[in-house]
Amino acid sequence: MTALIIAEHDNDSLKSATANTIAAARRLGVEIHVLVAGSACSAAAEQAARLRGVGKVLMADARHYEGGLAENLAALIVSRAQAYSHVLAPATTFGKNVLPRVAAQLDVGQVSDIVEVLAPDTFVRPIHAGNVLAKVRSDDPIKVITVRATAFEATGQEGTAPIETIAPGPDLGMSRLLARELTHSSRPELTEAKIVVSGGRGLQSGENFKLLEALADRLGAAIGASRAAVDSGFVPNDYQVGQTGKIVAPQLYIAVGISGAIQHLAGMKGSRVIVAINKDPEAPIFQVADYGLTADLFQAVPELISALGQ
Amino acid sequence: MKIVVPVKRVIDANVKVRLKSDGSAVDSDNVKMSMNPFDEIAVEEAIRLKEAGVAGEIVAVSIGSDACQDVLRSALAMGADRALLIRTEAVLEPLAVAKLLREVVAREQPQLVICGKQSTDGDANQAGQMLAGLLGWPQATFASKLDIGADGATVTREIDGGLEIIAVTLPAVVTTDLRLNSPRYTTLPNIMKAKKKPLDVIALDEFGVDTRPRLTTLGLAEPAARSAGVRVADVAELLAKLKNEAKVI
Repeated sequence: MTALIIAEHDNDSLKSATANTIAAARRLGVEIHVLVAGSACSAAAEQAARLRGVGKVLMADARHYEGGLAENLAALIVSRAQAYSHVLAPATTFGKNVLPRVAAQLDVGQVSDIVEVLAPDTFVRPIHAGNVLAKVRSDDPIKVITVRATAFEATGQEGTAPIETIAPGPDLGMSRLLARELTHSSRPELTEAKIVVSGGRGLQSGENFKLLEALADRLGAAIGASRAAVDSGFVPNDYQVGQTGKIVAPQLYIAVGISGAIQHLAGMKGSRVIVAINKDPEAPIFQVADYGLTADLFQAVPELISALGQ
Repeated sequence: MKIVVPVKRVIDANVKVRLKSDGSAVDSDNVKMSMNPFDEIAVEEAIRLKEAGVAGEIVAVSIGSDACQDVLRSALAMGADRALLIRTEAVLEPLAVAKLLREVVAREQPQLVICGKQSTDGDANQAGQMLAGLLGWPQATFASKLDIGADGATVTREIDGGLEIIAVTLPAVVTTDLRLNSPRYTTLPNIMKAKKKPLDVIALDEFGVDTRPRLTTLGLAEPAARSAGVRVADVAELLAKLKNEAKVI
């Protein structure tokens, strides 16, 4: 039995969630191949070859794989999938986009967003915004799975797998990448950061997020946000932590001016230590916080910043 | 241009979901049910396209028990033209849903299917992509902006690093993200009008589609609850706890 891992990358480098996905695949007890499909993607393929547990890297290099769009990529995966017992991808917007298309074209179900591998065919996945954990068995001949990256510690980097170049499939001509508007930040990536500082509606404006930036810089933290803050236009969409946004599980999560809706808790309650700062003592966020501070954030956060600077 | 919009009846997003005392299933007795929030956004987008003169007819489709007529009536009250219920008591997996929707597409011949990106109960995030895959159509998932042109659609997608703009040919499947629009509230006159709009009910068996489950649920559990911690008096105490007790800074 062999698992095929669909690498997420930007051609130059591998996205870290790929290493978490390989860690999940290693729990299956099967051989592991990684597919790197891209355009001028050999650097990403070489990084994949160094990940521990990888037996072989398959590299498909063509212009029409450059942006990782679903139609061409799914067709390539489907053309290769019959040789595999499992096909896995990270449950990121990349994996969530491509893999269900693969599953449907293989006429198999998909197990989404697994957080535990119990057996090669049995997994745990959260449903209902993480309020229920379902133990499910896949009865299909090929198990198609997306993996919640924060639930598996990334595999190490001492591997030396061979890279095999494979023939690309045709360009189906259904979709084209026109542009990407990526958020550039010198801070750690939200899903990988050891500390996350998140803001909600209580921040009142995008301008006030500068306060959180100052705090994040003191702590070496990433910045997140609640849906309310994103919908209000305070920060871009990729800051959103929650059921339908990003799932984070840092060592320390500081929720500032966030009330704590079920959907937000779904994205951060796996954090090791949760701090809540909110002026409403009844805010539901306090029910999951290890340390709660009932205070006006516009006083507490500057105090925190200045105390950390001492 | 005709648009098909699938809508799902789910436990309302504001309800804290619990398991039945024997752990066999999610407790949905006497719990408020609503249209999946992402599907509401899909209905709204279809109506806006109609109001802009881009779309002609909007057909809302649901799959489930007779109770799903509620969410179809809501879609009609928002502005969909007619509705179709594929009636079954079974709880279907996304692949089965996609196969049924493929049959609906074959009958209705839409140029666009707008789905919610995920339902807030199963959280699978699969059906739209699966439908596109089965139809061999392009897919534009997690859309926050949708422009329909003469020979295709331009879609802004919410991705992990920010935004991505893609062009797809039509027909296509689009799935909605939160920032695509804010769904309108239904008004009483429109709710009354919706009662007169056509709502067809077809039994699932009539489609002759293989909807058998591919996953077996072996058990459900509630995750270990986080216990509420302590309140600290001030910033100094908070920092002391984080340094000395939690040791995270």
